[in-house]
Amino acid sequence: MSGGRLGKDLLGLEHLSADDIRLILDTAEPFKEISERAIKKVPVLRGKTIVNLFFEPSTRTRISFEFAEKRLSADTVNVASAGSSVVKGETLVDTARNLEAMRIDMVVMRHGASGAARFLGERIESSVINAGDGKHEHPTQGLLDLLTIRDHRPIAGTKVCIVGDVLHSRVARSNIWGLLKLGAEVAVCGPQTLLPLGIGELGVRVFRRVEEAIEWADVLNVLRLQLERMQAGYVPSTREYYRVFGVTLERLERAPRDLIIMHPGPMNRGVEIDSRVADGPHAVILDQVTNGVAVRMAVLYLLAGGRPELAESAKGAPER
Amino acid sequence: MRPILIRGGRVIDPANGVDAAADVLLLEGRVTAVGPGLAREDAEVLDAAGCVVAPGLVDLHVHLREPGREDVETIATGARAAAAGGFTSVCAMPNTDPVTDNQAAVGFIVSQARKAGGARVYPIGAVSLGQKGEQLAEFGELVGAGAVAVSDDGRPVATAHLMRTALEYALTFGIPVIDHCEDVSLSAGGAMHEGLVSTRLGLKGIPRAAEDVIVARDLALAALTGGHVHLAHVSTAGAVAMIREAKARGVRVTAEATPHHLALTDEACAAYDTNAKMNPPLRESGDVAALRAGLADGTIDCIATDHAPHHYDAKEQEFDHAPFGVAGLETALGIAITELVDGGVLGLPALLRCLTSRPAEVAHLPAGTLTPGAPADVVVFDPAAEWTVDPARFFSKSRNTPFARRRLKGVVRWTIVGGGIVHRQGDTPGP
Repeated sequence: MSGGRLGKDLLGLEHLSADDIRLILDTAEPFKEISERAIKKVPVLRGKTIVNLFFEPSTRTRISFEFAEKRLSADTVNVASAGSSVVKGETLVDTARNLEAMRIDMVVMRHGASGAARFLGERIESSVINAGDGKHEHPTQGLLDLLTIRDHRPIAGTKVCIVGDVLHSRVARSNIWGLLKLGAEVAVCGPQTLLPLGIGELGVRVFRRVEEAIEWADVLNVLRLQLERMQAGYVPSTREYYRVFGVTLERLERAPRDLIIMHPGPMNRGVEIDSRVADGPHAVILDQVTNGVAVRMAVLYLLAGGRPELAESAKGAPER
Repeated sequence: MRPILIRGGRVIDPANGVDAAADVLLLEGRVTAVGPGLAREDAEVLDAAGCVVAPGLVDLHVHLREPGREDVETIATGARAAAAGGFTSVCAMPNTDPVTDNQAAVGFIVSQARKAGGARVYPIGAVSLGQKGEQLAEFGELVGAGAVAVSDDGRPVATAHLMRTALEYALTFGIPVIDHCEDVSLSAGGAMHEGLVSTRLGLKGIPRAAEDVIVARDLALAALTGGHVHLAHVSTAGAVAMIREAKARGVRVTAEATPHHLALTDEACAAYDTNAKMNPPLRESGDVAALRAGLADGTIDCIATDHAPHHYDAKEQEFDHAPFGVAGLETALGIAITELVDGGVLGLPALLRCLTSRPAEVAHLPAGTLTPGAPADVVVFDPAAEWTVDPARFFSKSRNTPFARRRLKGVVRWTIVGGGIVHRQGDTPGP
């Protein structure tokens, strides 16, 4: 597949330019409206074949991609690792080559190993869209987070703090790259056990206490604390985590300004975030989900060679 | 066996402090004479003009995979690859399947090596039965069958108590205990060095401290017991500093570094190249500088390859899933000359000391010298000739190198073992 100016694959935000990121966000704007129509379908990717290859469980991202593909009229197939040839011992390369032999145009892949999307992209002709690779990147999540912030305020100059398990988070990495490229100030906050070594060298501030982060930030992006982290000894208990790092209403009420609250989901209510915050007036968590479909439509459209200046007209009139 | 006269080369024999234009005569498997203007009518004459003539290289650390993984290397292919790299003696680590933890297993390696041709292969026995870190192996029987050292390489000697016991017990047999220094509770799940690159790539890191804490442990135990510990593949600046300090105190410690740790940093992993995945991991430029300084001042005694062949399919995987290891025998000399001699770290005589007499001394091998009467193990190489690394042309069965397509200096012209030529420049692997 040819790819447009973004190249063949979307593997992460680290290697995209600020202009490329803006292009995707700008292209997403006209696509937002399609999902608001009664008939949510345009013929932009008619005849294109897309495989959604999910080696890890995913609900939100997989469904979001699938809606984006279907609303652009692509033909899609979903492959989950359970029940596929992967459990029979087939390698990633063989799986992909077999799919490609069926003449597909794009692969959307979620995989547990960092670098897996790049590995795949280097070995097949089809476009590869990274839907999350290990602890590396989750570029469409980063993009939808950027789009959501941009809906509320200019990204440049905005202070965004990512709170929680940055060490194991692909969402954090994509957010950091995207935000820095668009001129935001970025910080991370969490127990040192969950912050990667050298994170400060990427150009982000580090807060050890969530109260300090709340005092500084305009936006909090609160990460999910996976329960495995307790078993691995990174954090003693969810109870203590909530007490020390939980984004609670009491803490937010002491903030000098209203904060925008984001969460990539799925949430652990009462662990990293207070329900009163998650459901409160400053949470944009469901807006993130809505924007996810538009951003993914934009990415699919651009990688398929769609011309950004034609995005508005490409979506055309609703299909009858 | 026909005599061999190596004529007109620069003879560098670090064991004897020799660096001079001279001829070398090999007769009946022994070095017979080293000096100017030697003649012998019935000898095969090798014209070494422009070349260095040195004792055959000695590698204390290779994995030949036989028995168990003959699909990736055998003793025969490993010994042949060694010869192609200028090595005449290599020491085979015991993490085979089954583990080399008894005299029969050692005897098997000795007998396979005898049939192999190529470099001599000296077995290293396991420290613990099955390398399980529990019960000490029978060092006496291992040594009796031909083992020259003991190690649980591939993993560390599991506990401080076991290491203490091994160092003490090895004193009876006069062998070093070689340790792979890694605190597995710190390194578990790690795929590369823990630093900025691992943070960017989202790969779990292995901190320097995983090596340093075991190095500290082993140095304390060597000091306690008077035993000889040899530290394998040192990779951190901290380890170099501790070894330097321990040597100054008279602790019986020797150490090796690999060509890849002396030449590369963790940036080699930045494109998720699984050929740059190794254990210990490639570190940062400060560590490389410390290793180089350690080599130059003698803190690091030798260069060893940690030749670790792996199947193409095993490396053709996601980075997390690929195995650790680099095939190193055929690139070691070229990397060493290009990076270390041309890089101004040390001169050719000092480099060759790290590749011949020092490793031979560590494991008490009858190798690493051109003293008349010594085994006729010799390498002749052109230090200025250049070549390009092409893994497809390796004699090793495996191709896993981070140096593919690198332009290197130093071409092996002849490798001679026991007075017989086992490799000539231009030889190609069999069908």
